[in-house]
Order: sequence, then C-alpha cells, then structure tokens
Amino acid sequence: MRNIAFSSAGKMNLSGTLRSFLFRYGLGLALLLAWQLAAMHAESIFFPTPWQILLRAADLWLSGPPQHLFLADGVFADILPSLGRLLLGWSAAIAIGITFGILIGRSRIFSDLLDPSLQFLRAIPGPALIPIFIILLGTETTMRVTLIAFGSVWPVLLNTIEGVRTVDPLQLDTARAFRLPPLARLTRVILPAATPKIFAGIRVSLSLAIILMVVSELVASTNGIGYRILTSQIMLLLTEMWSAILLLAALGLTLNAMLERIERSVLRWHRGARQRTES
Amino acid sequence: MLTVDRLHHSYGPDHVAIASLTFKVNEGEIVAIVGPSGCGKTTLLKSLAGLLRISGGAIRLDGQLVSDVPKGLAVVFQEYGRSLLPWCTVEANVQLPLRYQSLPSDVSRRRIKDSLAAVGLLHVAGQYPWQLSGGMQQRVAIARALAYHPKLLLMDEPFASVDAQTRADLEDLVAEVRDRFDITIVLVTHDIDEAVYLSDRVLVLSASPSRLLADIPINVTRPRDQITTRASEQFLTVRSEVVRLIRRQAPPAS
Repeated sequence: MRNIAFSSAGKMNLSGTLRSFLFRYGLGLALLLAWQLAAMHAESIFFPTPWQILLRAADLWLSGPPQHLFLADGVFADILPSLGRLLLGWSAAIAIGITFGILIGRSRIFSDLLDPSLQFLRAIPGPALIPIFIILLGTETTMRVTLIAFGSVWPVLLNTIEGVRTVDPLQLDTARAFRLPPLARLTRVILPAATPKIFAGIRVSLSLAIILMVVSELVASTNGIGYRILTSQIMLLLTEMWSAILLLAALGLTLNAMLERIERSVLRWHRGARQRTES
Repeated sequence: MLTVDRLHHSYGPDHVAIASLTFKVNEGEIVAIVGPSGCGKTTLLKSLAGLLRISGGAIRLDGQLVSDVPKGLAVVFQEYGRSLLPWCTVEANVQLPLRYQSLPSDVSRRRIKDSLAAVGLLHVAGQYPWQLSGGMQQRVAIARALAYHPKLLLMDEPFASVDAQTRADLEDLVAEVRDRFDITIVLVTHDIDEAVYLSDRVLVLSASPSRLLADIPINVTRPRDQITTRASEQFLTVRSEVVRLIRRQAPPAS
C-alpha cells in the first residue's frame, strides 16, 4: 500500500489532524502558491496562473446546462472519447494479460513456444507502432484501443506469469490430495494466490494505458484530451492547453484511487495475512 | 486396508530416500511412523497419498493400486499456515473439498458443521485462518480432513509446530475423532512419546535410505490420557524399546 497513514488512532486531536494534513499536503500547497505568485509576476501568455487554468477548465467542462448535470460539450468531445478508449484498451490488456499469463505460467509448452516472441515484442516501444497501426487499422478507435492494449499488456502478463508460477507447492498438493478438478485448482487456488501480483501489474498497466491514450490522440485524431492539448497549442490557447494537461493528472489520480479501492477490498485477506506474519 | 509392498523411491541415482518398505495398515488402526530425522518419512507419506510417482514397489488401498491420488484419503500437513487458503474463511476452507463431491447441499452443510464442532471451532467459522492461533489453524486443517469423510487420514508431523499444551489437546482430539468418525490414521512423527501415546502400532524406520526396523504393537490400554497413561509402566516400557531401536540407528551425537 502506498498510502500508509502514520497515525496512531485514538490519540488524534484537532491539532494532530491539522499537523498530519499539513505534513502530507503542505508541500503541494506551497508549490501551488509559488506557482500562482510566479505566474502572476511573469505575466507570460505561456504560463497562465493556476487559478486561470482552473477557471478555464471549469468553463470547458463544467459550464453545461443543469439538465446535463452541468457537463459542458467539452466533456463529450474530450473526456468521454478518451475515457472510453482508455477503458477498452486497458480492459483488453488485463483480459489478454491474465489469460496468456496463466497459459505461459502453468504450461511448459506455451512457455517455450511463446516466451521468445513475447520478449521480442515487449522490447518494442508502443508509440513506434503508431504508423504501422494506422496503415493496418486506420485512424479510428480500433487503432487507438489496440495501441493502448499493446502497450499496457506487459506488466499484467509478466506479473500473472510470475504469480501463477509461485503458488505455494503445499497449497497445490493440498488441492490435489482433496481431488479438486484441474479447473477448480485454477480458479480456487492458483488464481487467488496470484491476485496480489496480478493487481500490482494492473496498477502499472493503468499508468502505461494513460500515457498511450494521450500519445495515440496526438496523431491523426479528431477528439480526446490529447487532441485538445495539441489543437489548443496550435491555436495558441495556452490556458486551455494547461487545463487539459491538469485534467489528465486528475483523471489519472481518480482512476488510480478507484483501482486502489477495488484492490483493497479484493486483497483484504492478503493484507491481513501479511500483517499477521510480520507481527 | 493399506498394503505397502517393497516400496522403493529415489530422487536420482545418488539420493535413495526409501530402500525398501513392506508393511500393512489394518482398518481402524492408528499407525505411527517414526524414525531419525531425514529418514524419508515425508517421502513415504507423499507416496501413500499418491502425490509422488514412486520409483518401485506397489501401494494398495483396499486392493486398488495407488497411482494417482486415491479417493477417500485426506492429508493433514505440518505447515497448517500454508496448507489453508488465506483468501477463504474457515468455513470455506472446510467446504472446498466437498464442493466437488456432488453431495446434496444439506449433507455438505451438516458435515461442515459437525467437523468444525468436533474440533471446537464452530464459533470461528466466519473468520479467516490468519486471524487464528497456530493450534486453531491446525484444528481447521483437521476439520477440513474430517468433513471430507476419508477412510484413511494421513498426518505429516501434524503437531510439530504448535506449543506443548495445544499439542496434547490435539493428540487427544485425534484419538477422539478416530473413534467418532471411524477412520484409519497413519501418522508420521519424530516424537516417540507422541507415537506411542496415540497409536496402536509403531513402525520404526531406519536412517535414509529407509528400511523397516521394527513393527511394534502398542498394547497400552485405552482410553488413554495425557497424565496417567504417560506415567504408566506399560507406556514407559514400550517407549524405551522404541527409543533404543532408533538410537542404534542415529549417527552418534557430536
């Protein structure tokens, strides 16, 4: 877990809460303030103040009519297309990564057959494939989703292989001794045992998927957050460009937080068991 | 019920674990297998469980040749912490082997309840194994084996990693469930006291590569209890006989 709260519950009082809040977020707030002051002082069109960026963002994405939940047209032109492609590509990466991870991790034949080719493919940086993907798949959603999936599948795949290979042999022996059928051994023993590693892979895969989403939208696109960044830069709408960049950060943070919540509930047993053995 | 005929196993040419073993286990018996450490006890147990492809000889359970894991057999391993699944609750751990037995669900539920009650753990059914103490975890492993209704229960040093008091309790639990559930038990242990206290017969193995040194019937009267039985003349006589046999085999202590 990355967000470990170093607090002793019970002893918390108001000043303690404030202190821990400042300790965690103080530096960020100070930097934000410094940015605001520096930008105000510089008065450069390339560097709008964070406040201006925020206002512009609100205008772009949250100025819609109440019946649209205040979502402005920008949401439908920028955020939804990006988010849709991201989720599609990333889910494909997870599904493919886990499936092939199980095959390669548990079967000697698949491992020998596929490993060399996969090592080779893995060495290719995803963005380098955009030109060939455009030729093969056009410039529509398929190409971008494929790119996202190709680039973000590796951590899931490798971690699944590692995870299903390192199941405790005693758990497998137990499953065999109680005559669990092969499929049950997979779904009830091998996969659950591998979930901590698989989730670690999925988390890395998310950040890769976001990077590839943006990269794919910088080329031959007609919508999306990356497209917004590119066009506003060309049209010298620099506040808008900065807004889109910050939107990406917000998107990444939100998705990561959601993923962490899921992980925490799925892997509750893992944290519990680990705390037990460490104490 | 279980016959082992000239069982031989080697892990490669330089490492012969079991030279040749021939013995029998009768229905309803508790048989303890003892021997110096590293004498191939665990190899023997894994062979009996069908978890190991033996190099030679034959193992028969009710006349059937054991080649894969046989039906009606359950194993309790020494490392309870690792053999229970940490992502399943106590109840789900006990239930898991039953899922694939095509039992009616009320039968399965009753077995889970009975076996957890037999080891005194009904109140923690909803907890996870890692929330329990070591002794309780080992009881969960025993409950899982009991719910499976095995004809033959194999136990590999089942009490080696729990404290002395828990160990005594678990020993009595085994004797009790043997009577209640009518099963045959083969128990591997390095503790001679435990072997003599629990079993109807003790098989003494030699140092690796193992052979059968002695097959000693334990005629200590039942029911046995931790205090009077262990202090009785009968018990002490048999115990020293077994100790002498093993001492002769073990390399001199330096």
